[in-house]
Amino acid sequence: MSESTPDLSTPRLRHPRLKLAIAAVVWFALYELLEPFSHLLVNALPIAHEGHLAGALQFFLYDTPKVLLLLTGVVFLMGIIHTYISAERTRSLLAGRGLGIGNAMAASLGIVTPFCSCSAVPLFIGFLQAGVPLGVTFSFLIAAPMVNEIALGMLFALFGFRIAALYLAMGLLVAILAGTLIGRLRLEGYLEDWVRELQQKPAVAPGIAQTTSHLDWSDRVGSGLDHVRDVVGKVWPYIVAGVALGAGIHGYVPEDFMASLMGRDAWWAVPAAVVLGVPMYTNAAGVIPIVEALLAKGAALGTVLAFMMSVIALSAPEMLILRKVLKPRLIATFAGIVASGILVVGYVFNIVL
Amino acid sequence: MKNIKVLGSGCSNCRATIERIEQRANELHVDVELEKVEEIQEIMRFNVMSTPGVVVDGVLVHAGGVPKPAQIDQWLR
Repeated sequence: MSESTPDLSTPRLRHPRLKLAIAAVVWFALYELLEPFSHLLVNALPIAHEGHLAGALQFFLYDTPKVLLLLTGVVFLMGIIHTYISAERTRSLLAGRGLGIGNAMAASLGIVTPFCSCSAVPLFIGFLQAGVPLGVTFSFLIAAPMVNEIALGMLFALFGFRIAALYLAMGLLVAILAGTLIGRLRLEGYLEDWVRELQQKPAVAPGIAQTTSHLDWSDRVGSGLDHVRDVVGKVWPYIVAGVALGAGIHGYVPEDFMASLMGRDAWWAVPAAVVLGVPMYTNAAGVIPIVEALLAKGAALGTVLAFMMSVIALSAPEMLILRKVLKPRLIATFAGIVASGILVVGYVFNIVL
Repeated sequence: MKNIKVLGSGCSNCRATIERIEQRANELHVDVELEKVEEIQEIMRFNVMSTPGVVVDGVLVHAGGVPKPAQIDQWLR
């Protein structure tokens, strides 16, 4: 397999740093041009300039490219970050860490480590096998799908810096506290037996050596572009749908339509949002249109964020996959602790904001 | 004949990986025995943390994400 250095026939990028700088300038220029351009476009259309339709169109034509552009930027940067950190690297950083520091590190690394929910189980076992404590592993598993660049990028693009930062802080907090608590409860006995056996005898197979040191900037830019192709290529329909929904109800449905149902005065709205979120299974991109519509129509921010976290972090299919490695009691504890954490986050937001 | 195993629990990336390898093997007229490994205990034997993983003749050569065409060509050669 390893006769010579691989000659991957992907075209090598020349002067990657220069091109990166040029791309950044073009990106900012495009971003600045979006608003005047959308005005120009709407004004050129044969419709009443002050009406609902013009307002909705303006919103759609400005917001769609804006969100896509921002998301592309964030995802590209994340693709570059991924060339510095792999699941293996994260694992070795976390191995043998104690509760507390370990949980904080695991949750933070969960944001930047490449993660796909279909790898949750192999990752879980790989971590345990390398001596990462159970509670620390859970902090990672909770944070990785919930607090990721897609969720943060979209929240930032649609609702601004403040909401994205709050989501980041609260998501990390839930992951750290839930993981710490699970670690304290000493639930190792509720791992499936074959997992416990693996935990006791560390892996013999070396696994794949994912060295990242030999990569140069051409590879890193390539990884960024791949990530954009992967992620933005997949989620753009959700973004268009989300913004279209927002634009569609912009000015048509009364502003406080949801206020009585999901406003901050309805105490039961937060638990209802969490419970509703469990059977729903979609990624951060899929839930954004719903979030957009709810927020625009007067639903309370805490309730909506609790709903979003519940949809992403707690899902029935994920529990079924985890059942292969965890006994029911540990799954129930995990779900219960995370749900309570999200519940608290929802209430705190509604009270503070 | 080469034995190629694709490790993964049936997610879309795993299916794409299998399709790509199959297609490339046909194009290059290489005989391969392509296996889909979905059992988690079997996957863990190869110490893979990111699926899909690819095993060529018992050696793990790739983990995480759909492999690039150039990588596939290398395995088939």
